[in-house]
Amino acid sequence: MSERTRGAAIATVAGLAAGWLALALLVWLYGESPRGVVAELVGGTWGMPYGVGQVLYKATPLLLTGVAVDLALRAGLFNIGAEGQLAVAGLAVATVGSRLPVATPGWIAIPVAVLVAALAGAAWATPPAILRARYGAHEVISTIMMNRIADGFVGFALVGGLAIPGTVRTPEVVAGAHLPRLEALGMSSLRGSAVSVALPLAIGVALLAAGWLARSRIGREVVLVGLGPTACAAEKIPVARRLAMALVLSGAVAGIASIAPVLGYKGYFESGLGAGAGFGGIAVALLGRGHPVGLVLAALLFGTLEQGGLVINGRVPMEITTVLQGVVIVAVALADARVRSALLWRRTA
Amino acid sequence: MSALFTILSATMLAQTLRMAIPYVCAGLGGVWSERSGVVNIALEGILLSGGLGGVVAHVATGSPWAGVVAGAAVGAAIGLVHALIVVRGRVDAIVSGLAINLAAVGATRFVLRALYASSSNSPPVEGFRFAGMGGASGAALLARTLVDPFALATAVLVAASAWALMQTRFGLRVRACGEDPVAAASVGVDVSRVRLLAVALGGAICGLGGVALAFDQHQFQSGMSGGRGFIALAAVILSGWRPGRAAAACLAFAALDAVQIVMQDQARGVGYLAQMLPYVATLVALWAIARRRGEGAIAGRAPAGLGR
Repeated sequence: MSERTRGAAIATVAGLAAGWLALALLVWLYGESPRGVVAELVGGTWGMPYGVGQVLYKATPLLLTGVAVDLALRAGLFNIGAEGQLAVAGLAVATVGSRLPVATPGWIAIPVAVLVAALAGAAWATPPAILRARYGAHEVISTIMMNRIADGFVGFALVGGLAIPGTVRTPEVVAGAHLPRLEALGMSSLRGSAVSVALPLAIGVALLAAGWLARSRIGREVVLVGLGPTACAAEKIPVARRLAMALVLSGAVAGIASIAPVLGYKGYFESGLGAGAGFGGIAVALLGRGHPVGLVLAALLFGTLEQGGLVINGRVPMEITTVLQGVVIVAVALADARVRSALLWRRTA
Repeated sequence: MSALFTILSATMLAQTLRMAIPYVCAGLGGVWSERSGVVNIALEGILLSGGLGGVVAHVATGSPWAGVVAGAAVGAAIGLVHALIVVRGRVDAIVSGLAINLAAVGATRFVLRALYASSSNSPPVEGFRFAGMGGASGAALLARTLVDPFALATAVLVAASAWALMQTRFGLRVRACGEDPVAAASVGVDVSRVRLLAVALGGAICGLGGVALAFDQHQFQSGMSGGRGFIALAAVILSGWRPGRAAAACLAFAALDAVQIVMQDQARGVGYLAQMLPYVATLVALWAIARRRGEGAIAGRAPAGLGR
């Protein structure tokens, strides 16, 4: 086992252990039995086909936003803006999807929708990308600002004509743009859950992104820029362009995440739909640590927590799971830093 | 014309001052933290938690002053946790801030439900009362706002922060740690201790802002910080990390809020546009600051050691 894998394993175990402890502590403070609540959580998610389907549905956008954040992280950029990129893309997808000719077949409507989502997400990531690549302005602050601007923009666009008058939701997308649910594709035991072909699509995007970073020339340059921009500049790699590209691509992937709730579940966009997946993606990326399998597992974990919160809500507040997200993030990051400094110490000693 | 008249009224001025208090407190919190070199996007979570802490203590003891103390203590504690994770744990400040914001959203709802059996709001609290200052006129409202303990405290805190940061030994150390932690350490400053203190102090001030927000609404509502921490962060950047200017930017954003409330009935779209304005302004400021980088020392740039 390489040092890097071992470090990753230690950090993951630490994160899960801290999350577990926090869950037990909070449940106990609330006056319930931790064992009983956990049993209920597991039973209601992985213990029944509908629960599994819902976990997979919740994990789908998380996987995509996780891939998005990871893509930017590889270039050394922190994309906090997935939340806003997803919201704007959701609005764009629903708007375009509802205005397609009624008879548009799925093989045209769905690729068009994915493309629109990617473009909208990319567009929302473009100002921070330019500010960072061209002027060196910190992308964290600018993506936070873009998140807040997205809030106002989506609200403005909805009341300004994109919503059905008197409501805060767009019209329904055409029939062809609805993503087929997995229950309709032979997995009938998932009946009732909203997991759709967005899931295999998300896994495909995760593999594609990993392959692009590992094998393509430009993708490898993106990773190298993340490792050492100064050395890359000396090697005549266009650092600014690679940085901008990573952030814009990250936005595109975050945008695609919007199709899971919009086209796979609701069939329209309303304000707040898909909210939280952008920040969740940061947690997924931190836990998944740059590997597609890690990202999938992390997305499943947080998807389980999200669905599990709903399951246990009758006994303890579902908000426990949000607290757990925060605890897991900090624990993983702390363990990571500890492990890294320990490895460094051993190498120099 | 009537809209313009409303905007210029005493009611409007009172509203602006009242709404500015949480912004200004969070902004000061941001200045203290970031001047010491610790990026702080946890302001949002601190506002929220401080507000709940204040209301819980007020409900439990019946005294608004206990609420003030509790809110500031909760804010300081979260600030300290953030600083410990970042300074001692060597974790990226953005990661820590994000996690704190997430946990704060969940934890406040958890506490609400555990204590008051509702995940949306607390029982009503009275806050501070004003004997003999009734009346619904704009002037009466303005007068009440001007003697409000939070308004007075906030004004004092702005002046005190500006003075302490620039004129005291502690302020000098904070700035030294923010500009160049290595150099500060080399002349004997305990960088990590100074940063822990500065971020905790900022957290206390920010927590106070949360209490002001909750007392103003006479209850705690889940998610009531509503992005104010991020607006304050925007103000900190716009101000060039200076307390007085940060407070001024916060006042301007609060005025925008007040206008938005007045205009809401007439055009909801305008409200959304106004909502975006502070953030767009911050993006432009980021661009302007970044463009001038490399021209040597300029006023209003970020502390050079921020995040190091």
